[in-house]
Amino acid sequence: MDIGWYLAVSALIFTIGAAGVLTRRSPLVILLCLELMLNAANLALIAFSRMHGNADGQIFAIIVMVVAACEVTIGLGIIVAMHRRRLPIDVDELRELQG
Amino acid sequence: MTSLKLFAWVTLLAPLAGAILTGLVGRRLPGRGAGYLGTAALAVSFAAAIGALVSLQGLAAQQRQVVSVAWDYANTVGVDAQLSLLLDPLSIFMILVVSGVSMLIHLYSISYLDSDEGYVRFFAYLNYFVFSMLLLVLAGNFFVLIIGWAFVGAASYMLISFWYRRGTATGAGIKAFVINVLGDVGLVLGTFFIFKHVGTLDFLGTFAKAKTSFDPGSADLTAGCILLLVGAFAKSAQIPLHTWLPDAMEGPTPVSALIHAATMVTAGVYLIARMHPLFELAPSAADVGAVIGCLTLLVAGTIAIAQTDLKRVIAYSTMSQIGAMIMAVRAGAYAAGLFHLMTHAFFKALLFMSAGSIIAAMAGQQDLDKMGGFKRAMPFTFGCMCIGGLALAGIPPFSGFFSKDEILLLIGDRGGWYWILYAAGYVGAFLTGVYTFRMIFRAFYGEPVREARELEEGHLHHAEIHTNPGTGEIEDTDVGFPGPDHHIAEREPSMKLAMGTLALLATVGGFLQIPKVTHVIDHFLAPSFRDSALYAREPGNGLLAFGLVLGAACGLAGIAVAYYVWVKNPGLSERVRLRLAPLHRLFVNKWYFDELIDMVVVRPSRWFGSFAQQTFERVFVNGVLVGGTTGVVRAGSSAVRAAQTGFLRYYAALVVLGMVVMAFYFLVAA
Repeated sequence: MDIGWYLAVSALIFTIGAAGVLTRRSPLVILLCLELMLNAANLALIAFSRMHGNADGQIFAIIVMVVAACEVTIGLGIIVAMHRRRLPIDVDELRELQG
Repeated sequence: MTSLKLFAWVTLLAPLAGAILTGLVGRRLPGRGAGYLGTAALAVSFAAAIGALVSLQGLAAQQRQVVSVAWDYANTVGVDAQLSLLLDPLSIFMILVVSGVSMLIHLYSISYLDSDEGYVRFFAYLNYFVFSMLLLVLAGNFFVLIIGWAFVGAASYMLISFWYRRGTATGAGIKAFVINVLGDVGLVLGTFFIFKHVGTLDFLGTFAKAKTSFDPGSADLTAGCILLLVGAFAKSAQIPLHTWLPDAMEGPTPVSALIHAATMVTAGVYLIARMHPLFELAPSAADVGAVIGCLTLLVAGTIAIAQTDLKRVIAYSTMSQIGAMIMAVRAGAYAAGLFHLMTHAFFKALLFMSAGSIIAAMAGQQDLDKMGGFKRAMPFTFGCMCIGGLALAGIPPFSGFFSKDEILLLIGDRGGWYWILYAAGYVGAFLTGVYTFRMIFRAFYGEPVREARELEEGHLHHAEIHTNPGTGEIEDTDVGFPGPDHHIAEREPSMKLAMGTLALLATVGGFLQIPKVTHVIDHFLAPSFRDSALYAREPGNGLLAFGLVLGAACGLAGIAVAYYVWVKNPGLSERVRLRLAPLHRLFVNKWYFDELIDMVVVRPSRWFGSFAQQTFERVFVNGVLVGGTTGVVRAGSSAVRAAQTGFLRYYAALVVLGMVVMAFYFLVAA
């Protein structure tokens, strides 16, 4: 199959993820959308890896998964902590870093 | 190391060791221990100075200029800064006078300052002062001379403001220090002018090269010599840099004796004598010095007549006598000037010590108006004061007679316009007689005051409430003010010993150099001045006899006038004062020199300072430099801060936007 299809799917998923990150206000959904963007990138990496016929891209994808797992762990941990402290689960409400 | 060098180093370092030792362990010593320690250091110094004298006389006359170098500070291209001492008859003469008289003043201070809380500090300072002065006179090059010069200024500051909680004393100390620093600047700049041409800092090297390095009448040499004179005038309290000296009377009386007799004020005389090869090449600078000396002689004499503060009268007489010495060494009468320096050290220290004794009997009061009739109560002090006064007024056979007349004789012998100086000198001698005996008659004759009557009954007066004699402010007697008890010479053996020795020296000191009979000083100093064209002139017999008679007559006339005005007709001085009110005002206000300096220097500087503060500091530095910088930073940061909204999604959008822009860039670039 032509690599173009893989890349098209990957770009589509990435765009969906990015749009989700930008539009949704719940940190949980933002995390999910981030996962979508990471996995879109993984798909592109693996597709290129097949095209070139070497395994570098696949290894990259595995590393990205590890990083994604870590990121989700921390992100979920933060969300649980926020919930326990009765903070609003809404990224627009959390703006203490305003300059 | 020859014995001469060894003795010289011991002379120099004994007071330094004394200062450090007294400062460190003085407090642990019982009673007057610190005083004895400080005096012992000076005794060692004086003994070593005598040793140096003996060793120097053991050398052949041509070899009596020895340089002792301890080490080099820097010996690089063109600069030879060494710690070196020049040992020749001039410096040995000076260390003998300095260490000898200082030793007696230390001895006097053991009792005089006894009840002062700053007793240990006093002796540490005093030792340090003597060390500084010895460094100054022993210096073998300009470098060490400048160090000694500055040390003396610093030491005088510490001693004048010794009673550091007395506002008038600290003010006087600051004044002395500032004026002395002015002199230091003159000395350093003058050294530059000379160093530029001769290329060496060493005295002997400078003098050897001076004749070839400078053209006759060279402007640089004249400028250098005049700048050296500025240094000399500041230290020696010559017009117009003299105003610190009368104010320095705020210090304890032994300090006045030390500064005004043996050290400090004689530094200018020494400097000019030491630099004589340069001054002889720059006659115009020398003439400036002679004229200033002469002016000081007359102005100080007239001020002294009108002052009522006992110590200030003596201070102005010091100014006047130093004026005579400066005049002498400027006119080429080196040996006479130094001879007068020595006799002056004796009788002036004696006068100050006697004054200290009276002030103690008056419980710190220095005003002549409040004194009187101490003759019967204090016979010893009276005797010493009379000997000092007779020597100061130049009455034969006391020491001042011979030294003063030799100065004037040699000045008159120069001829030409020096006759004006000659005449001024005799007017000065007459004034000296008047004010010295005015002081003595007012303090010792007349109706005994309460303090004198108490003392006759055997009770030394002590004030119940201690006050500043100048301003009347109330003072407590703990640290920083004079101590509660006073000590007079009649009751203290150490004071008596010091004053007795000086009285003896003031009486017989003149016999070292009786015209046509003895020439001890002349011959001793000859090796130092052998390159001088003006040294050892032999004036005619007629002038000599005339001068001797005239000198004695002027002094006696002065005393007679003082006796007539202040003893015979007690009301007369009041009538004269009313008749000559403007003149009296001029003298009491010290010829308005303080006001003049205030107007010419202090006020413009203050005006400029406040102008600079108002415009430059406030507008330019504060407004433009500081305000401008902070304004730029503040505006920039507020612009950057606007981007920090705190919205997470906004940040994410920026990231995405950035990525898109980059992607487009690469697409277009490809």
